[in-house]
Amino acid sequence: MLHYIGKRLLQLIPVLLGMTFIVFMIIRAIPGDPAKVILGQQATKEAVAALRANLGLDNPWYIQYFHYLGGLLTGDLGESMRTKVPVSTEIWSYLAATLELSLFAMILAIVIGVNAGIISAWFQNSWFDYTAMVFALVGVSVPIFWLGLMGQWTFGTQLDWLPTTGREDTRDPVTAITHLYILDTIIQGRFDQLIVVLKHLILPAFALATIPMAIIARMTRSSMLEVMRSDYVRTARAKGQKMFIVIYKHALKNAIIPVLTVIGLQMGLLLGGAILTETIFSWPGIGRYVYDAISFRDYPVIQSGILIIAFIFVMINLIVDILYSVIDPRIKYK
Amino acid sequence: MFMRNRKLLSFGLFLVLIFSTVLAGCGSGDKKETSSDSNGGKTLIYGRSGDSVSLDPAVVTDGESFKVTTNIFETLINFGEQDTSLQPGLAKKWEGSKDGLTYTFELQEGVKFQDGTDFNADAVVKNFDRWMNGNADKFPYFVSMFGGFKGDKNAIIKEVKADGDNKVVITLNKPQAPFLKNLAMTAFAIASPTAFEKEGDKFGDNPVGTGPFKFVSWKRNDSVTIEKNKDYWQKGQPKLDKLIFKSITDNSARLNALKTGEIDLADGINPTDAKTIEDDSNLQLLKRPSMNVGYLGLTSTRPPFDNVKVRQAVNYAIDKEAIIKAFYNGQAEVAKNPMPPVIEGYNDDVKGYDYDPEKAKQLLKEAGYDGKKIELWAMPVARPYMPDGQKIAEAIQKNLADVGIQSKIVSYEWATYLEKLTNGEADAFLMGWTGDNGDADNFLFTLLDETTIGSNNYAYYKNAEVHKLLATAQSETNEDKRNDLYKKAQVIISKDAPWVPLAHSTPLLAGKSTIQGFVAHPTGTDKFNNVDIK
Repeated sequence: MLHYIGKRLLQLIPVLLGMTFIVFMIIRAIPGDPAKVILGQQATKEAVAALRANLGLDNPWYIQYFHYLGGLLTGDLGESMRTKVPVSTEIWSYLAATLELSLFAMILAIVIGVNAGIISAWFQNSWFDYTAMVFALVGVSVPIFWLGLMGQWTFGTQLDWLPTTGREDTRDPVTAITHLYILDTIIQGRFDQLIVVLKHLILPAFALATIPMAIIARMTRSSMLEVMRSDYVRTARAKGQKMFIVIYKHALKNAIIPVLTVIGLQMGLLLGGAILTETIFSWPGIGRYVYDAISFRDYPVIQSGILIIAFIFVMINLIVDILYSVIDPRIKYK
Repeated sequence: MFMRNRKLLSFGLFLVLIFSTVLAGCGSGDKKETSSDSNGGKTLIYGRSGDSVSLDPAVVTDGESFKVTTNIFETLINFGEQDTSLQPGLAKKWEGSKDGLTYTFELQEGVKFQDGTDFNADAVVKNFDRWMNGNADKFPYFVSMFGGFKGDKNAIIKEVKADGDNKVVITLNKPQAPFLKNLAMTAFAIASPTAFEKEGDKFGDNPVGTGPFKFVSWKRNDSVTIEKNKDYWQKGQPKLDKLIFKSITDNSARLNALKTGEIDLADGINPTDAKTIEDDSNLQLLKRPSMNVGYLGLTSTRPPFDNVKVRQAVNYAIDKEAIIKAFYNGQAEVAKNPMPPVIEGYNDDVKGYDYDPEKAKQLLKEAGYDGKKIELWAMPVARPYMPDGQKIAEAIQKNLADVGIQSKIVSYEWATYLEKLTNGEADAFLMGWTGDNGDADNFLFTLLDETTIGSNNYAYYKNAEVHKLLATAQSETNEDKRNDLYKKAQVIISKDAPWVPLAHSTPLLAGKSTIQGFVAHPTGTDKFNNVDIK
């Protein structure tokens, strides 16, 4: 097992290296000059030229690329061209914001999605099954930004139950230690703030969770239906086992493998795909950080931001692969 | 084993979920209706569309940075409350020599920076030394407005000297008519020399000025907090104890946040939301005086727009009133010149082009227009001068089709759009401009002079006579003569028709009805000295 993990980690190197190269080339292939965007419409030609020289943009691309790689090897993620802040000093706070949001959303999606899928399969063709699957169909089709705005309008503006923007009460900000505010407020014993932080999480997490929740529910349902037709389930039922035990103990174990794959993929997508949710809910996460960087052609931020998202994506996949063998001992890695 | 853990985990999570939902329900009662924080002070939260780039005003060019720095720092000269007239700031008074080459400033006395450093002539000189010894990368706005740095051949400022403790003398290499207006721009606010010498490149993270508020903290991409400067030299100001700038990118989300009370004031309100705000007794609609222009550019190097008659025809073909009614919700006035009427030198005698499709058809016939299909470029981002590029482009497409010009609407992502416009790749394109300092030069020269082709003259408009007028006006220090030059230029530009000027819009803001004394400034940088909460 350890051998396998080691091998997978080694394989990461060419994957990430190739990715830096592709991202590097793509962002330079799209039109738009960072120097011009940074200096604004007012800028003189001289100012643009001077900034280009200073940013090293007038060097040939391969020199720029090796310069960037060299920096990466020494742990230097580069410095934002626009704000001049090193990527490494600020990226963690954005990443933490996104992690907190997407983990919370994923937990929602898994708990609700898996259970809804199981119950739908259990009571196939019942009203619950139909309702859940219609919701799932709507869930995968509805645009996140619409759902987000509707959530804000309903639970914020109309009912006045939940806050609609940001991670905290701006009038009483959380003192950041780990930048994971749930943890920070617990560490500091500020349970009043913990409640505020949780309230801020609910709307964006639901908006973000909707699509994966629907996909997970549908996947779980179809996978469960298949397993429940198999012989061993029939045997278990014939033995007189309670249906609940049959489903949650015996059937789910086999049914969960494909669901796990979907969960892994969705988790990765959430990280990068949180951009819309982060924009609507003014969540200071990595999605918005990279998105803003793209509109400003802030090359180092785009490169390093995507690199980190990709790294996490690959790591999640690795964890999912390892989980397979934990759940199903027949799956062995060499 | 796995199963049991999993079930336990799910159960736990369900509990958390139920717990937090219940809390959310209970919480609705204690909604913060007042704007007081726990210390009983007055806090105002200002929601805006983006974060600041830096809090050192000298190194940035973006409006979101200036919104904050204008409340931490002060300039030698101020703009008027709601216009760009010149008012005393850190300088009590000033005097220019006849030849326009020497300016003497008499400074306010007894002013201190927020770190205790004295504000005096020496401090002013040190600020100018800092800028003049910089480079275009470091101080981009300085080179845009003052031509260059120490030793550059285009540099406007020759030297800055202290004359005693309270007098500063600035000598220029050549006269620059908008010199004082430029000095009033937030970018050239006076910073504490002690602080910027100590902090160096990090000054933007710990800004120190003489302004009514001092810096507290900055959570990037989220909020900037500044608080009352208790030792502020203007007695009785500011009235707020704390001012927080919060970034909320989406316009609708920002309005939602205002309605829920998460913010007290919101910039960038969609014209279509104006009515709901006016109908809400808890809110007030605030209008920013217009200092912008939205236009349809016609690239005069590309056929068919290389023919002046075709450009004029397009001017007659477009129904501006209908566009303003439909897409600006009436919050704009019809444009006929490339700059708004509030700017000095505006020529109201220019007749402009009325909506007259028949005349347009006739002109197209005279021009021998071959029916070539054109590309019509729609701005991909919303700006006050262009609230919805796509829809406005569709309206124009219809207007053009009515007179026989077929067009295809295209759009690109914003940075790409700008890049391609700079290269002159568009036939007809939607675009606009918001003035920096309220000077005619900042519209006419910046947008339509032949030397700005390749930067802001996207229409590639070139006219030797206009160039002569605009270049002369730059160094003409007699106001009347200068205005005459601009008026003449506007007549020629109108006849040459490089654009269809569409609208001068009124940008909208909204605030809680308890806010008093807020006056929106046309430049977009609002001072909070006199803002209070009832």
